[in-house]
Amino acid sequence: MRRKAAIGISAVAIGALVGLVGCSASGNADEDKVLKISYIKTDAFTALDTLFTNVKADFEAANEGVTVELLPVAGTDDDYKTKLALSQRSAETAPDVFYEDTAALRSDADAGFLLNLDDYVAEWEDWDQFGDAAKAAGAGDDGSIYAVSLGTDTRAIWYRESVFEAAGLPIPWEPETWEDILDAAAAIKSSQPGVVPFNLYAGTGTGEGSNMQGFYELLYGTELGGDALYDSETSKWVTGSQGFVDSLTFLDTLYTEGYALTPAQALDPNIWQEVFGTMFPDGTLGATVEGSYTPSFWVEDGSYEWPEYADEMGAVAFPTQDGQEPGGVSMSGGWTLAVGAKSANPDLAFEFLTMALNKENALAYDKENSQIAVRADVAADPSYTEANPFIATVTDIVAFTHFRPATADYNQISVEIQKATEAVITGSASPEEAAAAYDEAVKGIVGADAVVDKS
Amino acid sequence: MTAGVLAPPQPSEPRRDPNAGPRRGQGRRISKLIRMIPLLPAIVLMLIFLAGPVIWSLYGSFTNASLTGKAAADPQWIGFDNYTKLFSDPIFPLSVGLTVLFTLTSAVIAQTILGLSLALIMTKANKKVSATIGTIIVAAWILPEIVAAFVAYAFFSQDGTLNQILAVFGMIGPNWLFSFPMFAVIMANIWRGAAFSMMIYQAALNDVPPEITEAAMIDGASGAKRLIYVTLPMIKQTITTTLMLITLQTLSIFTLIFVMTAGGPGNDSTTLPIFAYKEAFRFSNIGYGTAIATVMLVVGAIFSIVYIRALRSPKE
Repeated sequence: MRRKAAIGISAVAIGALVGLVGCSASGNADEDKVLKISYIKTDAFTALDTLFTNVKADFEAANEGVTVELLPVAGTDDDYKTKLALSQRSAETAPDVFYEDTAALRSDADAGFLLNLDDYVAEWEDWDQFGDAAKAAGAGDDGSIYAVSLGTDTRAIWYRESVFEAAGLPIPWEPETWEDILDAAAAIKSSQPGVVPFNLYAGTGTGEGSNMQGFYELLYGTELGGDALYDSETSKWVTGSQGFVDSLTFLDTLYTEGYALTPAQALDPNIWQEVFGTMFPDGTLGATVEGSYTPSFWVEDGSYEWPEYADEMGAVAFPTQDGQEPGGVSMSGGWTLAVGAKSANPDLAFEFLTMALNKENALAYDKENSQIAVRADVAADPSYTEANPFIATVTDIVAFTHFRPATADYNQISVEIQKATEAVITGSASPEEAAAAYDEAVKGIVGADAVVDKS
Repeated sequence: MTAGVLAPPQPSEPRRDPNAGPRRGQGRRISKLIRMIPLLPAIVLMLIFLAGPVIWSLYGSFTNASLTGKAAADPQWIGFDNYTKLFSDPIFPLSVGLTVLFTLTSAVIAQTILGLSLALIMTKANKKVSATIGTIIVAAWILPEIVAAFVAYAFFSQDGTLNQILAVFGMIGPNWLFSFPMFAVIMANIWRGAAFSMMIYQAALNDVPPEITEAAMIDGASGAKRLIYVTLPMIKQTITTTLMLITLQTLSIFTLIFVMTAGGPGNDSTTLPIFAYKEAFRFSNIGYGTAIATVMLVVGAIFSIVYIRALRSPKE
């Protein structure tokens, strides 16, 4: 009797289990089409959410039976990329259209996550509006187009004019060498003791930002220029260069002379919020290197509204080491929209992408997010140039900007550079020691065959 | 056997069936199998959700699986490369050292001593006092780990509670999370974990028959002697079991450290779980990350074997 009961119970249990599995597998075969859109939405970055919310309404109205499912990720860029990569592992979870970093695009194309868009863009009438650089931003290693650029950015020195005036410096301030920066910082420090004269991000706290808005402005302005980090001719990573040591030495001077933030401040991952939110508006910071999107924080409805920024702030290109050609340095990144290779409805997904990137939507997005426009018709639109008083300055910088080497090892090497800058600003290593440790680490990551010694 | 709180059941000899002879051996085997059937769903679930990931992780550690790039589309079998790389990685010994430091100080030493002392004090204190203190201590344990981690972050950060308290006394506190990251996470884990040990020891102490301690008292044993020679031996099993539980829990703590310091500055608080996370998800090296995870699994298994042996010995 007992045995029978036991068998009965286990049969029920197994049946329930099978039923459960069966349920999840069946169904939704004949449902309406669903497009999944994945992107970042944070308190400080809502422009893309606004864009997609608008496009969702229009797209659903234009395509009956199609549901657009917005899947915003509230997290940092790194967290978003990890989540996106994990979701790409299965067709069930892979999004149809997603926000894709140009720096990750090539390795994601290699991984087979991105749909080849060559045939699609060939028939897209707006494609001619995109310049060659913008088209190249979405190209994979094989030359095919895998994504379409949403906009780009550059880096510049943003400075508080009143602080510079009080130190007796000319407005507009136009530094031509690294020495000019140190001189200006010294003048500010001696005239206004409570002010941080010139900040340059460094260390692991600010992550990739400390390279993009810090070390690379130095390194790419040294003797080797655009090949200072990664030699494009040999496709090898550069070690032992004097420029690397010089750049670290400059950082060391900034931090030990007290021109920049304290090391503890610089290593706080949220320091940029203080820079935008309090230090510049309060006039306790002279200058910092930041992206062309800087005004987006200060405009109406921005995260740190500061209506006076247009009159109070100045922007200028970061100089090369000794003022050598081309006279300025900048880094560019930028994000794109891509279609998932596993998408069940690639045609619809591409249609959604083109709607999101049409002139009207691109214009609204570029204005809200202070992006440098990649569509010719948007760049020529008067409302675009009027929206941001700094647009001419940051767009001119495109002429000498650099892109990161978008290799699969890049993230790890980026962290090694952050560690080197951290060691220097915290005083735990001299610039020479930190550079040597970096060289060793790079060899460990990519192998001794993939580095080239430039000493 | 009064002190066996949480002690795992001892394996007992199968009961002998007086009718069972060699003739009926086969029948017994079948009936034994049938009796196992109700366990089947549980075993299947365990295999899928526990053994599955372990096997996948073990398999992954022998490949160059990655989150992106060519290796993501087509992972290759690379044998022991991940392990040879791991054992020559300078971060690995550092990370193992930090994990041992974290586990030994925050769990094995501090939580055991603090938990036991609190439990002893609470048995002596009057009911209202012990209920109030108990609630306060248990609150830290009830908090979800992420909330507890944020509370600890808010306490130790540059402008946090601790430095504000110090400021009242005219002292300027350092940036704890930056200058003393291990100290901060160890203190946070003691705060969060002490309640668990305390509750178990309380239950065990309540099981110690008062007659025995009273008898010892009449024999003239002092308080300390009663504790060392009577109480502690009686709850020895509980101590070992608790040690095993908190050691294994602490070895795999991730959220607390990740929220407070993210393993930094540099790698100064990168314990093995953080190290595995960074490699797998930050640098996309899933294969290398799973190799670290496998090493963690082995470390945990060694600890469990040691503890389980310690548990068994007094019975034999």
